[in-house]
Amino acid sequence: MDFLTLLDYLIRGLSLGSIYAIIALGYTMVYGIAKMLNFAHGDVIMVGGYICFFTVSGMTPMFPEGSAAAAVVPAVAGVLLSMVVCTVLGVVIEGLAYKPLRQAPSLAVLITAIGVSYFLQNAALLLWSSSPKYFSPIVGSGQLKVGPLTISYVTLTTIAACVVIMIALTSFTGRTKMGKAMRAVSEDKGAAQLMGINVNRTISMTFAIGSALAAIAGVLLCSAYPTLTPTTGSMPGIKAFTAAVFGGIGSIPGALLGGLLLGIIEIFASAYISTQLSTAVVFGVLIVVLLVKPAGLLGKTVREKV
Amino acid sequence: MENALLNVENINVYYGAIHAIKDVSFHVNKGEIVTLIGANGAGKTTTLQTISGLLRSKTGSITFDGKAIQAISPDKLVSHGLAQVPEGRRIFLQMSVEENLEMGAYTQPPAGVPQDLEMVFSLFPRLKERRRQVAGTLSGGEQQMLAMGRALMSHPKLLMLDEPSMGLAPILVEQIFEIIQNLNHNGSTILLVEQNAQMALSVAHRGYVLETGKIVTTGTGEELIRSPEIKRAYLGG
Repeated sequence: MDFLTLLDYLIRGLSLGSIYAIIALGYTMVYGIAKMLNFAHGDVIMVGGYICFFTVSGMTPMFPEGSAAAAVVPAVAGVLLSMVVCTVLGVVIEGLAYKPLRQAPSLAVLITAIGVSYFLQNAALLLWSSSPKYFSPIVGSGQLKVGPLTISYVTLTTIAACVVIMIALTSFTGRTKMGKAMRAVSEDKGAAQLMGINVNRTISMTFAIGSALAAIAGVLLCSAYPTLTPTTGSMPGIKAFTAAVFGGIGSIPGALLGGLLLGIIEIFASAYISTQLSTAVVFGVLIVVLLVKPAGLLGKTVREKV
Repeated sequence: MENALLNVENINVYYGAIHAIKDVSFHVNKGEIVTLIGANGAGKTTTLQTISGLLRSKTGSITFDGKAIQAISPDKLVSHGLAQVPEGRRIFLQMSVEENLEMGAYTQPPAGVPQDLEMVFSLFPRLKERRRQVAGTLSGGEQQMLAMGRALMSHPKLLMLDEPSMGLAPILVEQIFEIIQNLNHNGSTILLVEQNAQMALSVAHRGYVLETGKIVTTGTGEELIRSPEIKRAYLGG
């Protein structure tokens, strides 16, 4: 086990972890605001992947082969369109499926979320069939050589996207009025309402942001693992949910930390233990964390003063 | 009372089959401190929550500043000039003192916020010292000040306070009531809900006594404080 291989695994782990982190952000933000686990989140990722795939494959023939425009325009349009579609999808799912259940027991909401997840998978099966689509990486399949190390553009883009998203989200929730209102709603809906904050609109907004992130995650995921099927989103979705719980559900830095650690653990487990067992190791980690620190690594246990 | 700032007439509120508020009517004039006193479970908080739209009355009317407000959702009422400091303060514990105050100004144009912050800080200098601190680290008394300051950020025409003395040491209770009187002197109209009848009646212009969802007595603060009935029931005399 030489240092170079180790570094290579670490970078691959960070890249996979970045995808988990971006998905986990959607889970954790929705949980923080609406106090529900949106198990359909993973399937929104799949929809994002398909929208990008069809946009890119539809637009590429419009440009001369090999030109710069052919490489850039369809890719950019694919990412943007999939973000728009997923944002609308997220808001519609929230409005139709979850909003009527605002006062319902959380079990009813959870079951509905699972129902929405199956609905999306089967709608995708009906629309796009079960035969896999082969997604070509959105940033091309080139590689960067740094000394003896080679890193693919996909890996680099994924890590960079995660960094940019984290910075953007942190300043959104920390600096803007809407972002602060979101934090207020996640702490105390009733008190937020007494401040004049429209709670329903804040919840829709959170779903919109989470789903736009899911679209980005979908494009990155399909660029790294190019086989796209209607169930593409479910396993990464569940692993990202694990990451969110691992880091402390409801916490944005927790989702990042949980996602990155989970990605690294998965890559190292498949490299040094066994590829087949890597998923088992990931869920094993979740069980251990829940036993030792039920609130997750960065989860807060809030004390109230009287 | 047609000229009252807040006029509550014959409201009846139910929790399922439980009739919590029975034909309650009262009013608050501009510039007054009016208090609703009563024991635990008398319906004081229920009354406030009905005014702020969190609960609905089956009958009667609630008019505020000349407008019927019963069909207006709680978050819209803030911009009509109604602010409530809820029972238990309900400040945002994980946000900073300044962010809590900014949330109080959520319905206000952003340009005026810095000036309003200074206004609240001059009322509560302790909050200024702690403006960057997370609200969860404040003492109980400071949290109550923050909750009141946060409500004032929306420039309310009527400030509704629900049990501001709850859980505070006697010395802090006195401080809070002094602040309430000061706010009133500076022009705020206040509806005060309290279990601490002695303190509430000593600062209020008028009071109403609630018992099991009904108003049983009303009068000026002084009248009520001297009434033998009230003394026996609420003032431990």
